Amino acid sequence: MTIAIAALQRRRWHRGLWPYIARRLLAGAALLLVLSSLIFLGTALLPGDAASALLGRSATPAALAELREKLGLDQPLITRYLTWLSAFVQGDLGNSLMNGRAVSDSIAARLGNTLFLAGFAASIVIPLSIFLGLFSVRYRDSVIDRTITFVTRGLVALPEFFVGYLLIYALSISLGWFSSSSTVFPGMSLSSRVVATVLPCLTLVIAITGHVTTMVRACVLDVLSRPYIEMAVLKGVPHGTIVWRHALANALSPIINVVLINLAYLVAGVVVVEVVFVYPGMGQFMVDSVFNRDIPVVQASALLFAAIYIGLNLCADVLAVLANPRLGFTS
Amino acid sequence: MTRMFKLPVSVMLSGVAIALFIAVTALAPVLAPYGVNEIVGISWDPPSLSSPLGTDMIGRDLLSRFIWGARVTILTAAAATLLACLLGASFGILAGLRRGWPDMVLSRFVDLVMAAPTLILAMVLLTILPRSLAFIVAIMALIEATRFYRLARLIAVDTAALDFVESAYLRGEKTLWIIFREILPNGIMPILAEFGLRFIFTVLFLSTLSFLGLGVQPPLTDWGSLIKENKDGLLFGITAALLPGVAIAVLAVAVTTMVDWITAGENGGQ
Repeated sequence: MTIAIAALQRRRWHRGLWPYIARRLLAGAALLLVLSSLIFLGTALLPGDAASALLGRSATPAALAELREKLGLDQPLITRYLTWLSAFVQGDLGNSLMNGRAVSDSIAARLGNTLFLAGFAASIVIPLSIFLGLFSVRYRDSVIDRTITFVTRGLVALPEFFVGYLLIYALSISLGWFSSSSTVFPGMSLSSRVVATVLPCLTLVIAITGHVTTMVRACVLDVLSRPYIEMAVLKGVPHGTIVWRHALANALSPIINVVLINLAYLVAGVVVVEVVFVYPGMGQFMVDSVFNRDIPVVQASALLFAAIYIGLNLCADVLAVLANPRLGFTS
Repeated sequence: MTRMFKLPVSVMLSGVAIALFIAVTALAPVLAPYGVNEIVGISWDPPSLSSPLGTDMIGRDLLSRFIWGARVTILTAAAATLLACLLGASFGILAGLRRGWPDMVLSRFVDLVMAAPTLILAMVLLTILPRSLAFIVAIMALIEATRFYRLARLIAVDTAALDFVESAYLRGEKTLWIIFREILPNGIMPILAEFGLRFIFTVLFLSTLSFLGLGVQPPLTDWGSLIKENKDGLLFGITAALLPGVAIAVLAVAVTTMVDWITAGENGGQ
């Protein structure tokens, strides 16, 4: 990523907002391309291949050779990579080794489910953590601030699987409010889908809100220590107005950055949460495929996860520049 | 020595907690009432005097399994973190001192690994590699080493620019001498602090992998597989599946508090 940026900067491109965004998009695409080769190599270069994984240890050499030919494993590595990549960008993700079905068919619905869960969690985490962060800054060093800081610090230390099973134990087994597994199916109404995903969503919210709140608080406090805030205090602007009008406007760009980078963290967190709640999403699919050594599915899911992750990081950079255009002009 | 007498309560509690974890790890054979795979009762026996946490699905004592699991989790994570630290710090310091194309290649590779979600990366590697303890340690160490590399390289680059390193070079000292006598004494605290934080992360990483069924495999057991195996026990009032989560959280808070205190003392005391 940095090579690409450095090379572009050396050419002394016209600095500005759109060139900046174009540069970041290009760098993101380059990074994704390199990662795709890393993912491919990671599953292709290591000892053992799809054929031996599929047939197991007792396979005869003849059967292995035959299957390798069928799967195209006798081709040179670079040919296989390019075939895989060009098929991938055209939407053909290959066929599962386990059941022979097209990976794209199995992934489409699951990807939707995962994005729904992540989006649901994000729609709660973002307003909640920004509110909590600002609230604790507004009442800085008061009991409220200390309580928020203490609780968020504690939440950060809790692993997702613990939160998940604790919620299942408390809300599902003891109180019987929710089902312990989140069954969703195509054609389900939005309201019942929301009810079915309340627990996994809550788990993600608890896992991430701590991080985001802490960082929002730190961003705003950092802005509050600037001279123009002191100026506003000296000229008698009420504290509330300083936080909401002066500090927030300037803290917006770091806050956006922090929020989106933590959403990227959702990508990894969602894997565990999906397994805890037996939620039919990408994460659970990928875990099953890794367990079964189903290479095409793993490659496709890993690349999709990486793409979402890099995409969110890219959005973080671009939105931060939109919120504070000065950033686009510094090298 | 004077600092010993005004230890904050939080630091004392953290110290006790860390000592407890170390004791459980070291003394597992003495502390555990039963063997790790010893069957002592019926399926999902409720907590009793002989097995305070109850038994699991096939009647093994859960307290014993928790203690044995603590040993596997902590030792494996410590081994992976140590390996990562040695690997990352040595390459990082060398790259930071020597610069040139090896630094360029290594740093770009590290950027690349750090740009991908760690869990996804580990899962890709575990698709092909055998899921033995040695490979899991190696995979975690390799991924974690990138963090140590970045930190150590930065320290080396910063320190190498200082006058005393330059005069050491002019005196004709060898690179190794400079690393051990000039760079490391100046950079050891941040690296140790990183070690503590990375250790916690590795415990969580290992537990997550085992929970997903991709980490420690039976007959060995660790905290993550304990959660995986006993999640159904929640239905029968066996809450052992929650215990590893609590233990991880306590360990995380204790180590973080300790690291904060040590680094604050280092910065404030001078």
